[in-house]
Amino acid sequence: MTRLETCFETLRSQDRKAFVAFVTAGDPDLATSAKILDGLPAAGADIIELGMPFTDPMADGPSIQAASQRALAAGQTLLGTLDMVRAFRETNDTTPIVLMGYYNPIYIYGTERFVADALAAGVDGLIVVDLPPEEDAELCLPALAGGLNFIRLATPTTDDKRLPEVLNNTSGFVYYVSITGITGSAAPQQQDVAANVARIKRHTDLPVCVGFGIRTPEQAKAMSEISDGAVVGSALVDVITEHLDAQGHAKDTLVQSVLALASSLAEGVNRD
Amino acid sequence: MDQGTNSYRTGPDENGRFGLFGGRFVAETLMPLILDLEAAYEEAQNDPAFAAQLDDLQTHYVGRPSPLYFAERLTEHYGGAKIYLKRDELNHTGSHKINNCLGQILLAMRMKKTRIIAETGAGQHGVAVATVAARFGLPCTVFMGATDIERQKPNVFRMKLLGADVRAVTSGAGTLKDAMNEALRDWVTNVHDTFYIIGTVAGPHPYPAMVRDFQSIIGRETKEQMHAREGRLPDSLVACIGGGSNAMGLFHPFLDDASVRIIGVEAGGHGLDTPDHAASLAGGVPGVLHGNRTYLLQDGDGQITEGHSISAGLDYPGIGPEHAYLRDTGRVEYVSATDTEALEAFQLITRLEGIIPALEPSHALAYVSKIAPDLESDHLLVMNLCGRGDKDVFAVAEHLNVEL
Ligand SMILES: Cc1ncc(COP(=O)(O)O)c(C=O)c1O
Repeated sequence: MTRLETCFETLRSQDRKAFVAFVTAGDPDLATSAKILDGLPAAGADIIELGMPFTDPMADGPSIQAASQRALAAGQTLLGTLDMVRAFRETNDTTPIVLMGYYNPIYIYGTERFVADALAAGVDGLIVVDLPPEEDAELCLPALAGGLNFIRLATPTTDDKRLPEVLNNTSGFVYYVSITGITGSAAPQQQDVAANVARIKRHTDLPVCVGFGIRTPEQAKAMSEISDGAVVGSALVDVITEHLDAQGHAKDTLVQSVLALASSLAEGVNRD
Repeated sequence: MDQGTNSYRTGPDENGRFGLFGGRFVAETLMPLILDLEAAYEEAQNDPAFAAQLDDLQTHYVGRPSPLYFAERLTEHYGGAKIYLKRDELNHTGSHKINNCLGQILLAMRMKKTRIIAETGAGQHGVAVATVAARFGLPCTVFMGATDIERQKPNVFRMKLLGADVRAVTSGAGTLKDAMNEALRDWVTNVHDTFYIIGTVAGPHPYPAMVRDFQSIIGRETKEQMHAREGRLPDSLVACIGGGSNAMGLFHPFLDDASVRIIGVEAGGHGLDTPDHAASLAGGVPGVLHGNRTYLLQDGDGQITEGHSISAGLDYPGIGPEHAYLRDTGRVEYVSATDTEALEAFQLITRLEGIIPALEPSHALAYVSKIAPDLESDHLLVMNLCGRGDKDVFAVAEHLNVEL
């Protein structure tokens, strides 16, 4: 069983939902980012989505675009992101890490080499925004063959006819994108999301987590009530942005503030 | 691609690939729409009414066919090849961009889309989109990099007059690539009612093939006109390349005519030995951006770098995937011209022919200057004069240190 499968089995046995925390690797600088990563499990993150920065994040809003730019300016590379995961794994062997990003940096790294190095570093799954099922031969199939989970995004525009194709070759969990839009957009409508999650569940036994537009513990609770977990990204990244000094350097309060929001979101997800 | 047929004109395959290049590298939200678009385009191609409406507009609204003009004084000046100019700068709105915009907006209306978005660099595509949106009464938003807004002010005002909402994009270097990112973000958000009119032979399948088809009218006319004038095929074709739509439009009908030498001219900026150029084929490697795999300017970590060119229409760090394929197969030669060479060519053709060209085709002319003198006097060379220079006169004045 992969760490992701174990994680969801444990959560199910405890009747809990997943809090999935997204941060960008290397934001705002490599050392601070590593501290955030190391602190997220204790703050209640069940799963960590680690963003691989890219110059042209076409599905991301201003917050995560800026996070990518800060990470790149700080010298982050794909190799550096894998090193972060390796360092994290020295003290944590249970919290699943899913790398999230865009295909080009992986393509340039070399897909086979990437799959091997990601596995060796302790990565559990991949979300690659610009690889729909039509392009499965590029990375999805090699990643699955190598033993990584490949987590696909299902969206409000993924109709019943298309869902089986999207779910085929998906593993670990399904990420339901709650809105047609980019990260950091307005909050989703709970009824619409509930109907779509139920629809996806008619097609698969995989856990379904909901993301995009979730900012508060209350929203996280509402979304996890109708699914298997809630993903929060832009709200955490915004705390990073708020704790930069005029030169763009991390203030002393940055790490604890990000982790404090993570804690309250984690609590929200499983609040009665 | 089917190598058995010995044709360069059979692509893309059913997955939108031209060999290694092309494809559909987009977020899931857009995928159903792209498949719908592909089906709608196929249907339109089989509907004689669609072609008839487009033809009628090309004739009476755009002013096609554009002339194939024998440039007597340029020919004399170089003392070599016989130079013809394909005058797409005479089109309504002043460039080839309108050819594609008309096709796409008719398709948008067939698909019952009620809102148009577009990206623009030089503003020529933005103006053409704003024009067809006005003509058909659809609201239109144009994304344009903040840097480009600064260097193409006349076009920004033109778009506003036409009723478009021009949005300044400040991310990245504020040029064409960033405008395209922002247009894609808008599209993902408003996928239900919005049609994205992409301005060049890039983007996810079916855009590269669709834009090529709409622009191929340039090459088809050229073939007929040259036949009428000279009774034969041209010997060479030269066109500038940003994303590659005017070039593909001229080239495509000739790809299987083996006697025709075909040359694409990329923007060499400050020179290929500097980081400041936009020659994706000469200086890039294959990668994935904006929905397709093609040659891209990027660093060793797969991060996209900014292209530079004196011409806002050429500084895109990628190139249409079919050009990538044609380069790798060797069918088309790709070369470059620098900012300085383009500026010289701009002035030369203005003085000799009384035609003020856009800075984009000035790059094509700069390369013509290099080869024409050494060609025989019966060599028929066609250069695509794909845009007029009104939009560029302020920028050119600045480069020539002239105060207006
Ligand atoms: C006159 C003109 N030519 C060429 C281009 C470059 O585009 P393409 O390579 O797609 O023809 C532009 C783009 O703005 C343009 O305005």
